[in-house]
Amino acid sequence: MPLNSREKILAAVKKNQPPLEPLPAATAIVPIQFDNPLEKFKSVLEGIGGVVLQVNDLLQVAAYVNNSFKEGNKYVTTIASLTDVDQVDHSAKAHTLEDVEVAIMAADFAVAENGAVFITASSLKTRALPFICQHLVVLLPQHEIVHTMHQAYERIGAATYDYAVFIAGPSKTADIEQSLVLGAHGPKTMTVCLLADNYLPNR
Amino acid sequence: MQTHNNHAALSEVFNKDEERVNWHDETLWWVRQKRDKAAWTLPEWEQLREAASKIKMNTLSDLNAYLKEFEKNAQRNGIIVHWAIDSQEHNAIVHSILQKHQVTEIVKSKSMLTEECHLNEYLAAQGIDVVDTDLGERIVQLAGEAPSHIVLPCIHKKKEEIGELFHVHLGTPAGNADPQLLTNAARLHLREKFLSRRIAITGVNFAVAETGEFVVCTNEGNADMGAHLADVHIACMGIEKLIPQRKHLGVFLRLLARSATGQPITTYSSHFSKPQPGQEIHIILVDNQRSTQLGREDFRNSLKCIRCGACMNTCPVYRRSGGHSYHTAIAGPIGAILAPNLNMKDNADLPFASTLCGSCSNVCPVKIDIHTQLYKWRQVITQEGYSPAGKTAAMKLMAVTLSKPGLYRLAGKAGRWCIRHLPFLVNNRLNPWYKQREMPAAPEQSFATWYKKNRPAEKK
Amino acid sequence: MTVGLFIPCYVDQFYPQVAIASLQLLEKLGCTVLYPSSQTCCGQPMANSGYEHLSHSCNQLFIKNFAEYDYIVCPSGSCTLHIKDHLHDAAAAATATAIRHKVYELTEFLTDVLKVQQLSARFPHKVGMHQSCHGQRGLHISQMTELVAAPFSKPLQLLKLVQDIELVTLNRNDECCGFGGTFCVAEEAVSVKMGKDRVADHLQQHADYITGVDMSCLMHMEGILKRQHKNVQVIHIAQILNGEA
Repeated sequence: MPLNSREKILAAVKKNQPPLEPLPAATAIVPIQFDNPLEKFKSVLEGIGGVVLQVNDLLQVAAYVNNSFKEGNKYVTTIASLTDVDQVDHSAKAHTLEDVEVAIMAADFAVAENGAVFITASSLKTRALPFICQHLVVLLPQHEIVHTMHQAYERIGAATYDYAVFIAGPSKTADIEQSLVLGAHGPKTMTVCLLADNYLPNR
Repeated sequence: MQTHNNHAALSEVFNKDEERVNWHDETLWWVRQKRDKAAWTLPEWEQLREAASKIKMNTLSDLNAYLKEFEKNAQRNGIIVHWAIDSQEHNAIVHSILQKHQVTEIVKSKSMLTEECHLNEYLAAQGIDVVDTDLGERIVQLAGEAPSHIVLPCIHKKKEEIGELFHVHLGTPAGNADPQLLTNAARLHLREKFLSRRIAITGVNFAVAETGEFVVCTNEGNADMGAHLADVHIACMGIEKLIPQRKHLGVFLRLLARSATGQPITTYSSHFSKPQPGQEIHIILVDNQRSTQLGREDFRNSLKCIRCGACMNTCPVYRRSGGHSYHTAIAGPIGAILAPNLNMKDNADLPFASTLCGSCSNVCPVKIDIHTQLYKWRQVITQEGYSPAGKTAAMKLMAVTLSKPGLYRLAGKAGRWCIRHLPFLVNNRLNPWYKQREMPAAPEQSFATWYKKNRPAEKK
Repeated sequence: MTVGLFIPCYVDQFYPQVAIASLQLLEKLGCTVLYPSSQTCCGQPMANSGYEHLSHSCNQLFIKNFAEYDYIVCPSGSCTLHIKDHLHDAAAAATATAIRHKVYELTEFLTDVLKVQQLSARFPHKVGMHQSCHGQRGLHISQMTELVAAPFSKPLQLLKLVQDIELVTLNRNDECCGFGGTFCVAEEAVSVKMGKDRVADHLQQHADYITGVDMSCLMHMEGILKRQHKNVQVIHIAQILNGEA
């Protein structure tokens, strides 16, 4: 019986792969540590066109959104306790979100070295949401900030997620003569609202 | 000599416009400098490179097991796994999925593998309309060109040219070359495609054997816009893109964007494990002679490549010849060591498009010994008979002359005499050196002659 | 200890003054230097062109000429690297290996073996130092800008011992000049463009001289400078260190 492509490929690989080489030791990398990860996160994110602000409660978030975004009228959120804003209808097709002006969601944690926030599908429910909106607002508990991606994956561990994404700032491109333009296909702006320590919003 | 697959001939054409070469060179050198700046923010940079290299070597040395592990975990998560032995099969699999869903219009985000397989042309011939959604890729698609750089697809295009292209195809105002306006026009144009097309193709930056997940990195968000709005997401992946464990993403995601553009990370690093409810995710694992390269002891390290493009940005030859001079999907130094494996005859010129300066090997985040492989490919290509007959004859003559001291001295003396007394023999158009350079002065005596006269006691 | 002087073929034929300077410099520094007169070429032009398999006789001749010396010193990073990486002879494997371990480029020999701390040379001119690639990235005679690592430069260390020399800072510290062996004619357009750009960098910094450890790079840049009718001259580092003014 002739081999199918899978078997042919696996056989060719097995035949040609070199003798086993070990993985590097766990201590092979001594990652950078920042004196103040929060400040580092803030400065990196602002450097890539993101907005960072400190908030004490969800009312402040709603107020910020209402004051900052004047165009369009569809503001949605995935955060149940943000009652001033319409909840996303996750049963509807994602395409119905195409006129969303502002989407407000919550991140699990952030990474100081690159200004990225980490969001999973269980938070998002509708995966297209942080991409299809014109403006993205993300709530982050202010001390859930790790130094580097190594710590990020330590924190994630063996957790299962259907989908997850690191988002660092607004979408962008520099494809036209290396001129940086914010707002490619994803949102044109991104705001991270840092929540004070004692505030834990329902998701 | 054919010009369409000859780097030297194509580069000569590229160099006719010196101002443009300066612009191309300076733009890419600037990207190299951004990489340097980013690398220097991390004292552990060289540790990262070493670790990444080791992880990739481990992966390649156990690839059979990792492929099976990945497949098992991906399938457990509901991802449909396909295997394609070559580009033809890859294209056919993509087409069959489209046919099954009766789809004739799709969106595609950046995948150098699909370039390698000439997927767009194949699908066009089957009546499928493919829209490339990465802005740079859309630009070259509208221009009817191939991308010239694996990360910066239209780095060879000036904004005025892009403005003209968008005026014709997207209706932007004539003469407008403002990047913001042009990008906004593309945003609207491509948004309509994301919303209306039911199948999206993406590439794969990394696939994790341990968990069955795969990661796609973009700045624009186009991969995600395509994938999350589609009924079917097809991910195309070379088999060498595996990494063993999820935590290894920490190493690679710290190296990739810094090496490519000097950013600490791309805007989006999307991790796909399971399809959305009601959606299908397919992943096509493609060999296309990677398993052959894996068996080449001197060249298997080229499979560590994570497609960052840093080697292109640093290469003084690439910057002054442009990606199209390499006449292959992946250009520059990495292209020159991958392409001869795919087709040695057509790509025999590429390993010679280099001074072996070594800059590429030292910016490579996974420490591929590119310049060493370039040298070794030269030997293989020559042994396999892909060297011009005239060159072989000249080299044989050189070998004879240089192995006989008396003959060498005679040849040297004769050559110098000619230059001094019959300069027209060398100072003419038949001498490629002389085209833009003066010949060196030819001294009366060689060092050996001087030594004999001035140090007679130390006869050897 | 004896030093066998290994002179690149094109230096022997076209730039004997570089070989003379190398010889005199080593002698001034107390070495017993001999020049095996039946040497020809290291074989790099053939090897780099894909004809390594034709370089066997060259290798044999090199081994015959140089086996007996304690050190082999060469005023070229490129030729030294070629011997270090590619000198092989199945019939004389141990000798070939021994040679690969005792072959030195001139400046690294001065800093690492002779440990030169002072020179009686004077060169009152503005000088641009061209970092030839093979010496730099191959032999590590200076740090490359690609790596996140502490800077150092053996040639610069020696040039700083020369009185009244003024070293200029280039825009691109270690970009290749484009000579590349047969590349210089096989890819003439790119080779010359690379050379022109290097030259332009030195001209922009108002250098009067361009120096380096490889005469091949300098020969290529000199060809361009002369075609452009520029007064800037090239000079091998051996000549500066040897006290030519």
